[in-house]
Amino acid sequence: MKPRRPVRRGPAAAPNAIDMFLDPLFALANAPFEEVQRQSAIEASAEVQVGAPVDAPGETPATAIPVSVLNETAREVLQGAFPRLWVRGEISDFKRHRNGHWYFCLGDGGAQVRCVVWSRDQRRIPAAPDEGMMVSALGQLTVYPARGDMQLVVTGMEAEGDGLTRKAIELALRRLEKDGLLAPGRKRALPRYPRRIAVVTSPNGAAIRDVIAVARRRSPGIEIVVVPAAVQGDSAPDELCAALESLARWGDADVAIVGRGGGGRDDLRAFNDERVARALAALPMPVISAVGHEIDTTICDLVADLRAATPSAAAEAAVPLRSDVLAEIGALRTALGEAVQQQIDAARDQAVGLRERAATAMMRSIERHRARTETLGGRLHALSPLATLARGFAVALSADGRVCGRAAQFTAGEKFDLVLRDGRVTARAEEIRIVGAG
Amino acid sequence: MSTDKRAPDPESVEVQLRRLEAIVGQLGGDGIELDAALKLFEEGVSRLRAVTARLSDAELKVKTLVESSDGDFILDDFDE
Repeated sequence: MKPRRPVRRGPAAAPNAIDMFLDPLFALANAPFEEVQRQSAIEASAEVQVGAPVDAPGETPATAIPVSVLNETAREVLQGAFPRLWVRGEISDFKRHRNGHWYFCLGDGGAQVRCVVWSRDQRRIPAAPDEGMMVSALGQLTVYPARGDMQLVVTGMEAEGDGLTRKAIELALRRLEKDGLLAPGRKRALPRYPRRIAVVTSPNGAAIRDVIAVARRRSPGIEIVVVPAAVQGDSAPDELCAALESLARWGDADVAIVGRGGGGRDDLRAFNDERVARALAALPMPVISAVGHEIDTTICDLVADLRAATPSAAAEAAVPLRSDVLAEIGALRTALGEAVQQQIDAARDQAVGLRERAATAMMRSIERHRARTETLGGRLHALSPLATLARGFAVALSADGRVCGRAAQFTAGEKFDLVLRDGRVTARAEEIRIVGAG
Repeated sequence: MSTDKRAPDPESVEVQLRRLEAIVGQLGGDGIELDAALKLFEEGVSRLRAVTARLSDAELKVKTLVESSDGDFILDDFDE
């Protein structure tokens, strides 16, 4: 018979003071049961005559087995007899021990079983269960040899109505809220004309194909950068965090889409992961969540700047329709032309106005001058010697054209002209008589 | 192809159209001198030309972001 290696599992594997104390006993207890049996048989045969019946271990006081052997044997039998099972019951007496392990009882009316969740297994459970919560726990039934207690070593747990996931989400949301990551004022507007869109998703999924198809239809000439990450399965949260952190460091995109195509509720886990939500919130560019699930809102949906129902909807929100952009450019072209035409018209109006004012001013000035000229003309006319001639007087002009107003200016015998109202008369001075001084 | 660090692209459609809107706004306002208005108009027309040319690029580019071990980022062609 192949000797079985002594194995120590469950609580006995956790070193503590009791264990250290009990170690020597375990050394004995861990001797395989068959070996103990054989040993007993040899001992018995040494005492009893050959051919006489041999008592089995524990059958008589003489073959009594130690408690440690009993417990260890019970443990092996239990572990061998029970596969890992889902067990349903109500949580009671929940304790979070200083060493990090969870201890509690699972019960239903009249029955109870003690349970433990080692700290290393806790990350597979969304949140610690509440007192009185109905749960199904996945566990291995075993015996804690140090006390002889039967206990269920739990490695998975689900609550009715997804209670644990809900609780985990509520706790995460409370922390995110406290850090201000859910504040409506944090939401950034999407750029209207992104040049480059980063898409954090699985490179093989439907999501990226949908985004590419929509972008190609709406606005070719744009660039899409795929930041690959698993979006479901155990590695999804880590991969999503790493991809988001890479994108944040690179930073050279105008908007980000984070999501996956449709899927079951279980597939939403990664997008309800607090670390993923925080990495998403830390992106330097506006981000659209596109988890592709219409009923449930994930934490990522709440932290994102915009929530889209599907990756296609996210792409429609992120990528402007080319015809819209062209229409806008057309409108701007028109507005630009009109605006400059307005300026030109205004300048022309100003010039026309100035010209008119100048013309009016000129006319007025001319008017004024003419009036003045007329006045002066009238006065001049009144003073004109010709007016005197009109009254019948004459003016004498010497031969060289000088007006001779005095007798002394005439020379006897010389000709002079008499200027009259209607002509001239040439005359000759006969005699000059000067009367008195000038 | 290695890409430059994040900096606003002065030729991006977003930047161009924003500037165009500002130009139209300025032109529509009062108290602008004709010389300045004509200069703005000239700028607006050249920006319109640039942004239209940019939009006539009919190819959708799809890349994958790859981070190398030394922290540099590379854009590889994406296998559709």
